[in-house]
Amino acid sequence: MFETAMTAKDFWMLVQGAGMTLLVTAISVAIGTVVGVICGIFRFQAGPWWAIPVTFVLDVCRSVPLLIQLSLAFAFVTAVLKLRISGFSVACGVLSLYTAAYCSEIVRGALESVPPNTRRAGRSLGMTWLQDMRYIALPLASRVALPSWIGLSLGVMKDSALIYVVNVSELMKSTKDLITRLQEPLFLLLLCGVFYFVISFPVARFGSYLEKRWSND
Amino acid sequence: MIEIEKVRKSFGPLEVLKGIDLTVAKGEVLTVIGGSGSGKSTLLTCINGLEPIDSGRILVDGVEVHAKSTNLNKLRQKIGIVFQQWNAFPHLTVLENVMLAPRKVLGRSKAEAEAEAEKQLKHVGLGDKLSVYPARLSGGQQQRMAIARALAMGPSYMLFDEVTSALDPMLVGEVLDTLRLLASEGMTMICVTHEMKFAREVSDRVAFFHQGIMAEIAPPEELFGAPKTAELEKFLAATH
Repeated sequence: MFETAMTAKDFWMLVQGAGMTLLVTAISVAIGTVVGVICGIFRFQAGPWWAIPVTFVLDVCRSVPLLIQLSLAFAFVTAVLKLRISGFSVACGVLSLYTAAYCSEIVRGALESVPPNTRRAGRSLGMTWLQDMRYIALPLASRVALPSWIGLSLGVMKDSALIYVVNVSELMKSTKDLITRLQEPLFLLLLCGVFYFVISFPVARFGSYLEKRWSND
Repeated sequence: MIEIEKVRKSFGPLEVLKGIDLTVAKGEVLTVIGGSGSGKSTLLTCINGLEPIDSGRILVDGVEVHAKSTNLNKLRQKIGIVFQQWNAFPHLTVLENVMLAPRKVLGRSKAEAEAEAEKQLKHVGLGDKLSVYPARLSGGQQQRMAIARALAMGPSYMLFDEVTSALDPMLVGEVLDTLRLLASEGMTMICVTHEMKFAREVSDRVAFFHQGIMAEIAPPEELFGAPKTAELEKFLAATH
C-alpha cells in the first residue's frame, strides 16, 4: 500500500484540486453568509406569514439533494437558457444558495434567542431599530450562531465534493481521476482524506478560539 | 412635566388601564403601589412609548408620546427607564454598557462618553467595576449599572419598574440607596415598587393602583395613615 506509482506531478494535481475546493467553498460561504444573514433578519423581522416566499425558496434549496440541484441548474443554464457559463460559476451559485438557506435558518434562530427585554432596554435608551440590531441583537446572536455557522462552513466544504458533476476539478474529482489512472484507491483516498482534514482543522480550531474569546465573563 | 389623560390600554380582552389621569410635576418623586396586574408597570412602559395605548393621551414636556409625528427615539432620550430585570448587554463591559447609547444615540465622542459613564458609575458605587463583564456582577450591581446606563443619557425623568423585585433581599438595600440618592438630588421619578417603607420615605406622593384604576393618590403620610378605600386598607394589611 505504501509503494506508489504516484509522481510529484500527480501530487501537485491533488494540491490544485484542494485549492479549487477551498476557492469554491470560500466564495460560496462568503456570498451565502451575506445572503443568509439578510434573509435571516428579514424572516425574523417579517414574521412567518410575510416571510413565506423567502422561506419557500430556501426550503427547496435545503431539501433537494445537492447533486440534483447542481445537475439541474447546470442543465437549465446551459441547455435551456443557452448561456455560456462555466461549471465553476454554476457550482458557486448553487452552493451559495445552499449555504444561504442553512445560514438564514441559523441567523433566524440566533436572533430569536436574544432576549426581547435586552433589546427593549436598548430601545428605551433611544436607540433606533437599526442601532439596536447592529450593536446589541446581532453581536449577541452571532455568539449563538457561531458554532453552527462553523459547522455549516465545514459541511459546505465537504459537500463541494459533489461539484464534479459540473466538471469542476476539485479535490475529489482529482482524486478520482488519479485512482482511475494509478489504480491505487486505498492510498489515494487516504491521502484525499488527509487533505480534507488539513483544510478543515484550522477552521474548526479558529471557531473554538473565537467562541472562547467571545464568552465574556 | 408628565401629563397622563384618560389613558386606556388593553392586552387582548383584558383591560389593564381603565382611564388613568395623572400629572407628575418636575422634581416630584411619585411612587406607585398596588397588587400585581393592577396596571402600574404597564403605565410606565406606555409613558416612554414602548407600549401603544388605546385611547387618551400622554404628554411629556408638552409632546404627545403616542402621536404619529413624535420621534420616539428622540423623546426616549429624556425618559430613562429601568426594569425589574436589569437587562445588561452581556457582550459589553460595564463601562461599555453605559457608553453605548450616549455614543451611538447622542453622537458623543469616545472620551466624552467615557468620562460621563465613569462619573455615573462612580455615582452608583461601581467605580471599581468598569472593565468587568456584567456576568461577573451581582444582581444588585447589575441593577445599579442599569441605572447608571439610563442616567448617562442625561434624562429629565426616570421611571423605575419594580427595580428591586428580582433581587436577593440582601441586595435590595443598595439599589434603594441609589434611588434615594437620585431623589435627594431632585430627579423627577416615577417608581413602581413593592417596598412600602421606601415609598413612605422618599415620595412626594404615592399612588395606589387597583385593577387598572388609580384608586387613591396622596402624600405618603395621608395615604398610609388614613386610607380612604377598602381596597387600599386590604392591600396595606396584606403587605405589612
